[in-house]
Parts: sequence; structure tokens; C-alpha cells
Amino acid sequence: MNLDREALKSKFLNGSLGLTLISIALGFLLGALILLMAGFNPLEAYWVILKGIFSRSKYVSYVIIYATPLIITGLSVAFALRTGLFNIGAEGQYIVGAIMAAAAGYFFKLPLILHVTLAVGLAVIAGAIWGGLAGYIKARFGVHEVISTIMLNWIALYLSNFVVTLSAFGSQGTGKSYAIQSTARINLLSDWKISEAGIEFIRNHKILGDILKTPVNAGFIFAILLAVLVWYILNKTTLGYELRAVGFNPHAAEAGGINVKKSMVYSMVISGGLAGIAGALQVLGVSHRIAKLAAMEGYGFDGIAVSLIGNNTGAGSVLAGLLFGSLKYGGSKIQDAMQAPTEVINIMIGTIILFVAMPKLIRLILTILEKRAKN
Amino acid sequence: MEALIKDIGFIIGTTLMYSTPLIFTSLGGVVTERSGVINIGLEGMMFFGAFVGAAVAYYSQNPWWGFVSAGLGGALLGLIHAIACVTFAAEQIVSGIAINFLGSGLALFLSRLFFDGATQTLTIPKKIPLPFSFLFGEGKLFKTAGFMDLVFNRFATVYLAFLLVAVVWFVLYKTKIGMRVQAVGEHPEAVDTLGISVYKIRYGAVMMSGLFAGFGGAAMSIAVVSRFSNTLISGHGFIALAAMIFGKWKPQGAMLACLLFGGAKGVEIFLGAKGFPVPSSLLAMLPYILTIIVLVGIVGKTTPPAAIGKIFDKTNS
Amino acid sequence: MHLTTIDFSQKSVEMIDVVKKFGDFVANDRIRLSVHKGEVHSLLGENGAGKTTLVNCLYGLYRPTEGRILIKGREVTISDPTVAIQLGIGMVHQHFMLVEPFTVTQNIILGRETTKMMGILDLSTAERKVAEISEHYGLAINPRDKIEDISVGSQQRVEILKALYRGAEILILDEPTAVLTPPEIQELVGIIRNLTQEGKSIIIITHKLHEIKQVADYCTIIRRGKYIDTVEVDKVTEMDLASMMVGREVSFAVEKTEQEKGELALAIQDLVVKDNRGIPAVNGLDLELHKGEILGIAGVDGNGQSELVEALTGLRKVDSGVISLHGKEITGSTPKDVINKWNIRTIPDDRQKRGLVLEFDVAENLILETYHDVPFSNRGVLNMEEIYAYGDSCTEKFDIRPSNPYLVAKSLSGGNQQKVIIAREVNNDPEVLIASQPTRGLDVGAIEYVHTALVNQRDRGKAVLLISFELDEVMNVSDRIAVIFEGKIVGVVDAKDVDEHEIGLMMAGGTR
Repeated sequence: MNLDREALKSKFLNGSLGLTLISIALGFLLGALILLMAGFNPLEAYWVILKGIFSRSKYVSYVIIYATPLIITGLSVAFALRTGLFNIGAEGQYIVGAIMAAAAGYFFKLPLILHVTLAVGLAVIAGAIWGGLAGYIKARFGVHEVISTIMLNWIALYLSNFVVTLSAFGSQGTGKSYAIQSTARINLLSDWKISEAGIEFIRNHKILGDILKTPVNAGFIFAILLAVLVWYILNKTTLGYELRAVGFNPHAAEAGGINVKKSMVYSMVISGGLAGIAGALQVLGVSHRIAKLAAMEGYGFDGIAVSLIGNNTGAGSVLAGLLFGSLKYGGSKIQDAMQAPTEVINIMIGTIILFVAMPKLIRLILTILEKRAKN
Repeated sequence: MEALIKDIGFIIGTTLMYSTPLIFTSLGGVVTERSGVINIGLEGMMFFGAFVGAAVAYYSQNPWWGFVSAGLGGALLGLIHAIACVTFAAEQIVSGIAINFLGSGLALFLSRLFFDGATQTLTIPKKIPLPFSFLFGEGKLFKTAGFMDLVFNRFATVYLAFLLVAVVWFVLYKTKIGMRVQAVGEHPEAVDTLGISVYKIRYGAVMMSGLFAGFGGAAMSIAVVSRFSNTLISGHGFIALAAMIFGKWKPQGAMLACLLFGGAKGVEIFLGAKGFPVPSSLLAMLPYILTIIVLVGIVGKTTPPAAIGKIFDKTNS
Repeated sequence: MHLTTIDFSQKSVEMIDVVKKFGDFVANDRIRLSVHKGEVHSLLGENGAGKTTLVNCLYGLYRPTEGRILIKGREVTISDPTVAIQLGIGMVHQHFMLVEPFTVTQNIILGRETTKMMGILDLSTAERKVAEISEHYGLAINPRDKIEDISVGSQQRVEILKALYRGAEILILDEPTAVLTPPEIQELVGIIRNLTQEGKSIIIITHKLHEIKQVADYCTIIRRGKYIDTVEVDKVTEMDLASMMVGREVSFAVEKTEQEKGELALAIQDLVVKDNRGIPAVNGLDLELHKGEILGIAGVDGNGQSELVEALTGLRKVDSGVISLHGKEITGSTPKDVINKWNIRTIPDDRQKRGLVLEFDVAENLILETYHDVPFSNRGVLNMEEIYAYGDSCTEKFDIRPSNPYLVAKSLSGGNQQKVIIAREVNNDPEVLIASQPTRGLDVGAIEYVHTALVNQRDRGKAVLLISFELDEVMNVSDRIAVIFEGKIVGVVDAKDVDEHEIGLMMAGGTR
């Protein structure tokens, strides 16, 4: 019995899940420390965050809405990482996806399902091209994907800022594109919500009504389906086998007859397509338009964090995305409630990633603790 | 004719000003990558430096205190990166990502604490001075708003940046310590067998890169503009990183690449000021497209330091 | 010739009962070593016996767990290489510790830089000094050459020069002949003689017995981390040394029956292949490989072997020339076609880099070349049951231990990793099996296993191409031997009537 527990313990601590959970705990610890040093009560702050996430069904709904794009960009980064490619460019792929979705949503007039499919489909293609371009110039010319995707991010950002100035696409001077047609929106019950029956329902049903006050949309369902898809492709298909082989050891993969260059392009195409979907869903479900960007919005960069914390897996990205979404949404509450800077969340996320990157340090801490406990 | 010369002077001058933060940061990239440690945390270090520089300059009313503190702030983040990558064998890109979250997080956290909950600082009382301003003006050597004034009457940071290029070049290629840094980036085991500490050199190089990136941030927040705000840096650190690779890991190459990015900004501002009907977004896009094209052309003909990104783990006990 | 330079009154190195543990693993278990002034002392042992660990303790790269070290009679603690260098110890590593883009001088002075004020390098003074030492010991090194431009033999001399520059009295050479041609080895022997005449002590690590006989005065044998004996080299035979090293009688010969070679399988005509720098590494090579034979390619590393293998496997572009299989041209095939269409399989020279995906489990590694075929997959979807059933059958058939297809390849020993590769390559009954350095880094048991696998393949009437830098291996396993030099085959001989000296001469570019 005792032996089993020992074995279980060592498996947990040496496995990636254990290390991730410890890293998360350390991130919260450091966040608390920083809040304390700044003169705030960390327990109070965490309680505010916790209440800000769970105390009302509306909050939970918001958390999910916040988390949806992060989960998908997380999946995008994770997919490329499994092939050994660092897709810093999810940001740009997200942006071109959003542009395409906004354009398709505004210019076409189609029935709901078809319209959404078209908008998402075009966004996938745009993201896939943006990602695939980086994959191609890596495979063909050896340009490191980190550098090319950074460049492509900026090109995407300025492209987005350019298209919103076109008179056919957005009204001049507002820096915004026109809103997409209602047939392209993936919000749930949006018409009914503003009907008399809907208003009546929201007034009478506290919990459900609360949820319906938020821009509830089908994005999260997409995110879950995409996570399953990523898991399936990576683990159950020959394509996934090839991509993983290339990611672990491109030399052996090549010697085994796998076309490494093609794999790099495929991986970035799929990764880019995923990020494109994230951008599309945000437009179709939440913003309904695109607007001039003063700076990167950070969905792609946050996706990197989600992927790393989620150990670059499908399920991990969903959980890490929800964690990140909760912290981002819940964390914004401490500003008003106790004037504590909400950016403590960024510090916590950074710390978690830093510890995730240092399994060596965590094992060292654990052995020291264990020795202490014995004495 | 005179107007044209003035225009050219304006473009060169703004180019120099906007290149400066990039040059500082890019030199930081050169130093760390030549020692074999990738640092994509330059963005976070620059971001943090920009805040520290503005905050200290505001409270001390002395821009130079701000500038120096900014460097130290960047170096502090460099220390964290070094602890992770050098001592604890972290994946360097992952650690760099973490540094970016930490740098922006810390900067905004502290900004809210010290500036009334705002994610920007107040305007600093004194910017970095113009060291040669005494040469320009009515009755001076050069007249105001002439070509010489537009080009050379610039912030001290501009001159410092170019001086630093020369210093880094000299140290890297002509001194003992520079030779050791290069050797560590190429073949750390060889350096180790000669009794030189790879760890110490990499710690030094990574912290130095933080120092320079911090300077780069301050060159933005207390010279180009006069306050820190949360969108001030937005990606300049990444551009500096690309410039370093564009410049083939050489200080002089990085400088030229930074001038290209700065030049694009200069032209963009000039055309904007003149009200040319070219969409500024398309213009702003150009240097990035150009970088990709140039990289496609040169990569393969240039080699990064051989040991870059590789973990050096001395299993000595 | 031997023993003449030894000064028995002075012990330069004495290591007493040195123990080095890595966690629970005991790499060195009470090892003794004693070397006099002017002596050449050889350390003999199999791969992984603990030779390198021992000298790393002497050079300060490792701290011994227990035991004492005396240098010139004084007990010392060598905490890092700086201390070792101060004590007059120099080391030439097996993998050269040279910075490729640096010049000879820059490499030599690294860590001991000559400077003007404020740490500014003074290269010209250093260059003069380097040239002086080079001349004194007859090393023939130009201090201004870049390392990436000079030959492997010269690089080794730079390493020796580096130690001498630091005033080394005790010089450790780790496997110094592995990368040298026979004439270069003779040059090295000459240099070693010069050094001992100057009163230097040499510790030479090797597992090549005839080199020990040729150059060493004394030999200390280590087996599985344990001290076995120290012997005077002139008083023992190569056979004695071999059995002390392995711990049992060893037969050098590989058991195989006589067999007539069959029809032509693989033919290579006038092949030219360029290396990474664009220089022809394979330069007009002709070769014929028949069914039912093992053709060994003998040669020193760097004469185009790896480029030849890469060209045959489709990993490297063929510049000109023709490769054909059973009379059908296959030049320029993709790696996938070479493997799946032509059924030419390869045991690569670097099993961890080219052979295995270390993070994959055993079963996943076993299907690396066949994952796209039924039954392992169907229309792009993997069939896990079949994959692991196949893994099970292979671990049993090829005696892969532990016999668990779910184990990650990283966790297997080197020998068992090689078995996984052999299982993958041989189980598909290849027309041609290319074995490139198939026994590198393996212990004797695993080496025998590999050799048997090659012979079995031959006995089944298939063609086997063996590329090895170990001349002994080529001579023992092959039916015919082709010698490669500077990208060409300079001679093909029958293994039965072969003369080692003749092959050695050909390996160095002499013609038959």
C-alpha cells in the first residue's frame, strides 16, 4: 500500500501533469507575494478573483467567452510545437482570419449555416496561408519560423488597419469595419433574447437569464471540437505520426522516408488554419466587426502561454485556456474591488511558464523539501 | 532645392531617432546570441525598461537616472532569463516567452501602483538632453530647422547608441572577453575544458542583453516620447530581434538593419506630415515584407553561432 | 625502443583507489593508475568501461567520489581544469575541443590570452610563440590557419599544441587514432616519441590493441569500471590484452560458412556526391555489390563514406553517376522510394540521431518506415492494436530487452536501441542492407549480435554493404573488402587473402 503510494507519487512528480500543477501553484504563490509586497491582502485578492469567476452564472459565461479564442490559438501553437515549430505567428494568423470572417460576414448574404461555414472556411484558408507561408520559407530557404512569423504578424496587423480604411468595408473615420450580417453570427438565441418572450424569460430565470445577458455563442463548442480534432490528428493518424516524428527527431524521420519539409509546411498550414478559426469565431460571436489596432491584441501570444501550460496537448490547451480566461476575467475585478493592479495576472502567467520551463528546478525544490521533511 | 534638402534632413533625423531604441535592443540581442543564448524576451525587457526609465525620470526629475535604472531593470529580467536557461537548462524560447509576460506584467503592475492606477506614467519633466544644441539656433554655427539641425541636433541617446555599436564591435572582436564570448557561443565544451566558466560568461552576456534592451526601452520613453504607456513598445523588441538576425549576428549588421526599420518609420512620418495620399498602413508594412525577402535571400549564406539554443549542462558534481 | 625514455625515479601521476559514482551508478570502482616521467601509458577497456571517466577525474572535469590523486608525488585536489592545467596536465579529447571559425592561435590562447592593456588581445605575440612551439616539436602548424580549413590530423596537432602551450608535462590522449589515416598515425607516434624524449608523460586511451603494442610502455586494463591489471606491454600478447579487456576468451573471427556470391544486386558507376561545403566528397566511385555477400568498405573517416551512404539512401543529392539495383536505374530516388519501393534498408551510423526517434516508444520506432502500410494504418488512420502486436512480436524475435513495446526508446541501452533498428531494417527482408558503423559504441556482446545479423542476411542470399572505420571489423565480417580513399574505391580484395598492411597502405591513398 505504502509502496503504491510512493510509486504513484513519483509518477505524478516526474510526469508533466505534476510539474504543471506545481508550476501553477508556484505562480499563485509568487502572485500572492507580489500583492503582499505591494500592500494588498493576497487572500482577499484571490477571493475577489474567485468570486469574479464563479459567483454568478454570467461571470462563468464571460470566462468561457474569454477563454474560447485562447483555447484555439493555444491549440494552434501546440500543434506546430509538436512538429518542432515555434509558431509565434498565431497572432497574425488570428488577425487575417478575423479580416476574412468580417469580410465574408459583411459582403455575403446567405442562410445561417452556410454563411457561418463560408466565413469560417475563408478564415481557415487565410490563416493557413499565413502560417503555411512561414512553414514554406522555413522548409525551402531555412528562415527560422520565429523570425518570419514575427514579421508576418506585423504585416497582418497593418493589413487589417489598411482594410478598415477602405470605404467599401468600413465607414470612414471610425476605424471600424461594418458589422457582419446577422446570418453570419454564431450567438445563441440572439433574436429571441430581444423578443418580448426572451426579455420576460431573462427577467424570471435568474441563472439562465444571467447567462443570456452575455454574448453567449457557439465558439466554445467549436473549441472543444477542435481540441478533439487536434488530439485525433496527432495521435491516431499517419499524418500525426509523421508530424510528431519530425518534431522529435527530423533526422530520423527523414532517414525513415518521411518528407520533413512537407511536414513542416503541413504543420504550419494546420496551425495557421486553427488560429484563423480563432479570429473568425471572435468576429462571428463577439465583436461582429474588426477595428483599427493600435497594438497587437495578444490572442496569439496568450495562445503560446496556453499551449506551454497545457503541455502542448488538446485537452491541456482546453484546461489551460480556461485557466487563463478565468484569470484574465476574474483578475480584472481586483482593480475595482481593491485597487490592486490586475496585471498581477500577467506576472503569474509569466511565472507559471517560467517554472514549466524548468522541471530541473522543481525537482530540486522537491528533493530539498523531502529531505527537510525527513529530518 | 532647399526644401528638398530640408526634407531629406527631416527623414534622416527621424530615422536616427526611431532607430535608436532598436539599435540598443538589437545590440543586446547580438551579445546574448553570440554567447549561445537565444533571447526572445528582449521585448519584455524593453517594455520594462521603458517603464522604469520613465518612472525614475519622473520621480527623480533627472532623465539620466531614468536611463541608467532602465538598464538595470532590463538586466534584472536578464538575470531571471539566465537563471532559467543557464543554470536550470530551460528551453530558451520558452523562458523568453515567460520573460515577455513578466516584463509587461511588472511594468504595468508598478505603473498602476505609482501612477494612480493608470497604465501610463505622467509626462516626465525633463527628457534626455540634446548634447549639441548649443551649435544650433539664431546666431549660432547652424540655423534652426536647417539640414544640419534636423540631422544632428538629436538626443544624447542617439549618439550613445552609435557609440555602443562601436564599443560592442571592439569588445567582441578585439578583446579577451569578446573572444571568450564568441567561443562560448560556438563550442562551450571547449571553453569549459580550458577552465573558463561557461556559466559566468553566459550570465554576463544575458544580463548585458537585458541592460541594453532596458536602455532601448528608455530611449523610447524618455527621448523619442516623454512618457511610458502600455502601447509604447508593442513589438519593438521583436523587431530588434529580427534586425539582429537580419544583421547576421554582427553589431554593425544589426545597426544597419535597425536603420532600415527606423528609415521606414521616418519615411512614414514624413509622408504623413506632408499629407501624401499613400495609406500609412501599407507603408508601415514595407520593412517587414522587405525583411522576409532579404532573409530568404541571405539565410543559408550566413550561419548563426554553432551552439545557439543548445543547453550546456556540465554534469559535474 | 620502448621504456628507454622512462625515468623510474619520478612518478608524474598516481591515482589511488579512485571511485566515481553518478547517482547509484559506479563508473569507476577503486581504480589505480601510476605513470612515470617519460612513459607512455595506455588505458585499455571496452566502450563504457570507465576510461574516459577516469581521465576526466584527472583533468578536473569530474570530482572523484573517493580516492587520492598524486601529481609528482604531491597529493592534490583537482577541482576543475584550471587546476589541472596549473599542475601541468593537458588533455586531447576524442571530439576535438576547437572553435571552428577561430584561427589556430585564437584556439590555443583561449583562456590564456596574451593581452596588451585593458584586455585588448595581442595576437601577433601569441602567433610567434605558437609557431615556436610548433617548430620545436615538429608539429607543422600554421598559427594563422582557421580550424575549419585544416585537416583532422592537423586539428589534433593543434590540440596537442594547445596543451604544450600551457606547459603540459602530462598529456592525456583520448582515442587519438580513431580519426587518423595510417600514415597520420605514424606521424602521431613520432610526435609521441619526441614528447617522451622531452620528459613528458603520455596517457593514451584506446581499444586498439596493435597500437598499444606499438606505442605504449605500460597498459592498465579496466573492465566495467573495475581495475583489472597493469602490465608491461612488451611482455604480453594482443590476445592476452583482449581477454583481460573482455573478461573471457575472445575470438576475433566471425563464424560464417563459405558461400558463393550470387548475381549483381547493387551497382554504382562513376558516382559523384558533394558534401555540405559543395566539394565532391564522393568523386567518381565505382562499386558492385552481389547477392549473398557482405562487401565491407574500409577507410578512414572523412573519405566520403557518409556522403556515399546518404546518396544511396536518397538523403543527399547525387551530382552525377548512376546507381542501379538489379539492372534498374534508381539514381535520385527519394528516401521513401529507396526504402519502400526498392527495399534497400539502412542501419545508420548515428543511431540516436538518424536511427531512432528517442521520444517514441519501441513499437512506434519499429513502424517508422512502414506506418503508412496496412496493417499498421488504413486510409491515414493508425491501427494501434496491430502496431503494438507487431512491437510485441519484434521484441521477442530480436531479443529486445526489456521486452515491452510501450517503453520509450530513450530508456533502452545502446545495444538494445541498436536491436530495435536492426529489427526494423531486417524484418522486412531487404534486397540490400546497408550497415554504416553498426557497432559503434557497443559492447562485445552487442557487437556479436550485430555481426550475426549481418551474416544471417547474407546467408539468406541478400546483399549486405558494411561501412566501418574499424579495419578489424571490416576484415572479420566481410567476404570482399573495398577500400575507399578521397571518395574513390582504390582497390577491392577478397577477405580471405588479405594483407592488413596492404589495406592500410590503400586506406592512405597508396595503390595496389
